[in-house]
Amino acid sequence: MRTNVAKILCVLAVGCALVLSGCEKPPASEGPKGDTTPIKVGAIFAVTGPASFLGAPEAKTVEMFVEKINQAGGLHGRKIELLIRDSGGSPEKAISMARQLIDEEKVLAILGPSTSGETLQIKNICQEAQTILLSCAAAEEIVIPMASYVFKTPQKDSQAAQWIFNTMKDLGITKIGVITSNTGFGKGGKAQLEKMAAENGVEILVNEVYEKEATDLTGVLTKVKGAGVQAVVNWSIEPAQGIVAKNMKQIQLDVPLFQSHGYGNIKYVQASGDAADGTIFPCGRLLVADELPEDHPQKAVLTQYKKDYESRFKEEASTFGGHAYDAILILTEAIKKAGSTDKAVVRDTIENLKGVVGTAGIFNFSPEDHNGLGLDAFEMLTVKNGKFTFYKK
Amino acid sequence: MNLPQITQYGLSGITVGSVYAIVAVGFNIIYNTTGIINFAQGEFLIVGAMTAISLSRVVPLPAAILGAVLITTALGGLIELIFIRRVRDASVLRLIIITIGLSIVIREAILHIWDEKPWSLPYFTGTSSTTVSILGAYISVQVLWVLGVSAVIVAALTLFFRYTTTGRAMRACSDDRMAARLCGVNDRWMVTLSFMLSAGIGALAGCVISPITQTQYDMGAPLAIKGFTVAILGGLGNSMAAVAAGLFLGLLEAFVVSQFASAYKEVVAIVVLLLILVFRPSGLFARRGTNLRAA
Repeated sequence: MRTNVAKILCVLAVGCALVLSGCEKPPASEGPKGDTTPIKVGAIFAVTGPASFLGAPEAKTVEMFVEKINQAGGLHGRKIELLIRDSGGSPEKAISMARQLIDEEKVLAILGPSTSGETLQIKNICQEAQTILLSCAAAEEIVIPMASYVFKTPQKDSQAAQWIFNTMKDLGITKIGVITSNTGFGKGGKAQLEKMAAENGVEILVNEVYEKEATDLTGVLTKVKGAGVQAVVNWSIEPAQGIVAKNMKQIQLDVPLFQSHGYGNIKYVQASGDAADGTIFPCGRLLVADELPEDHPQKAVLTQYKKDYESRFKEEASTFGGHAYDAILILTEAIKKAGSTDKAVVRDTIENLKGVVGTAGIFNFSPEDHNGLGLDAFEMLTVKNGKFTFYKK
Repeated sequence: MNLPQITQYGLSGITVGSVYAIVAVGFNIIYNTTGIINFAQGEFLIVGAMTAISLSRVVPLPAAILGAVLITTALGGLIELIFIRRVRDASVLRLIIITIGLSIVIREAILHIWDEKPWSLPYFTGTSSTTVSILGAYISVQVLWVLGVSAVIVAALTLFFRYTTTGRAMRACSDDRMAARLCGVNDRWMVTLSFMLSAGIGALAGCVISPITQTQYDMGAPLAIKGFTVAILGGLGNSMAAVAAGLFLGLLEAFVVSQFASAYKEVVAIVVLLLILVFRPSGLFARRGTNLRAA
């Protein structure tokens, strides 16, 4: 009977393997030697799993971008060979994938990972291997303290928090409740909000953490309601962002809801229906690209990316895909400018890139700033009739 | 804490608990027939909800849910025929391990058939902000749907397992399959039927909770773990006890949140489960010496 177990396990294993095999692309065969060898670029995105709404658009965006470059003949006559790995949002997987990309594939750079938790886990690995990391995650700790080979494209947590506090000041809000998810992103946001509240004259009355799989938050919100807050700040990247809005309306907690820049995906708005209306959050301009004045420096980049993405993938573009766009854009700009694919040379070039117009903002890197975005990369947005629009007091 | 606040915590607990309860009920049907725990139960919920969400784009909501339940029921039967029935000398442990494998396969299949995004069915009545007010506190109308559907399912199952020949035959299979076979019960079809019933009820549960929890391809496992906890807490095989245990656990978690940081909620839930397993292994609501498998 033992053989039966083995047989069953075999069948299951083969079944799993067959199903899973669709997820990863087999590495393409080596190109001819010489100047036309492809430039290997790795990417680690949470294409599936709880952070999939970050990773999936990121992977699609990068694929689209690289395809376009390769069709146009590549960079300096060399095509880009993109190696995308799906981490499922797990830091452990991200670590082994990073090692594999660095040690076996010998990639020039790694794009991603999608989440802050994963990025912080592989930050030192990339630094030690002197491989460029262009993270698409938000946490401050990715670039502070600085690692010379590590860059990131989304705006910083502290900038998002600053925009939220500024808006609160406008609205005369001084007492708030903070709820965050127990992820790297949630923890990063919580730390910034706690650090910056006092200097902005805001008092945090309730400060709660919920698990990332949470399907109902009325319990935590009842506590927030009981404390008599003037506003709620939710900082997470999970579907919980949609649930918070619903639950607040359900328990009649009628105060403004602020979310983080993790809210930039219309799916959250759709998931909470009309309850999402009035949610205020800091975000890049991609979501409101159509409303931007014609002479805005980002207008062309944003509308082009949005159009390309939406016509190809039949879904609305999100800021997260935009972060990946910025990452591959910065890398390719640096390769073009450097005229080399030497890791150290490309790294130096990125560090001195100025005025690169991306989806998140205009990047001005320096040896002291590996994010390159200013406070003006954010706008306060709100939800009106199920659509994102500029927030006006 | 004032009264509206206490009530609000209570209603919050009922919201969470109602979800636990309706998931737990599905576990009991297969257990009642085969004595195995179906770890793919959570995936049945997601398949059901996803199918309903897809169907609801072309047909009205009730028809979409009915269609989803029927499709998932068929899937449950098919899975039994292909994976469970062919196992010779099917020990309980072996079958349980197969269901774990199945849960992984189904989850990946859901990911490939649909996608990685969270979806949800519309609220059955009103919108996401429609609530009922009780003593100054509020509860979503959808929770009443979940409770109502749970009640109907439990009542129907109780009648089915107690009073119909098929239901009794299914229970007999669980007690002693050989004896049941000797009495002329077609035990193989009873097992198939239990998988179909369980899948169908899982699909219905998935649809009813979808507006509250949203539906994402990988949500099956966390839901199933909570449902399983609740099924154990109430006493395996007893659907009415499962609902009571679900509400109990939900309320417990809500009041833990009211007194401590919400991060401790899971700790308390697991500690309670451990205590129950140590001191009342047959479940919170089981009387010693009674037939646990009577629904």
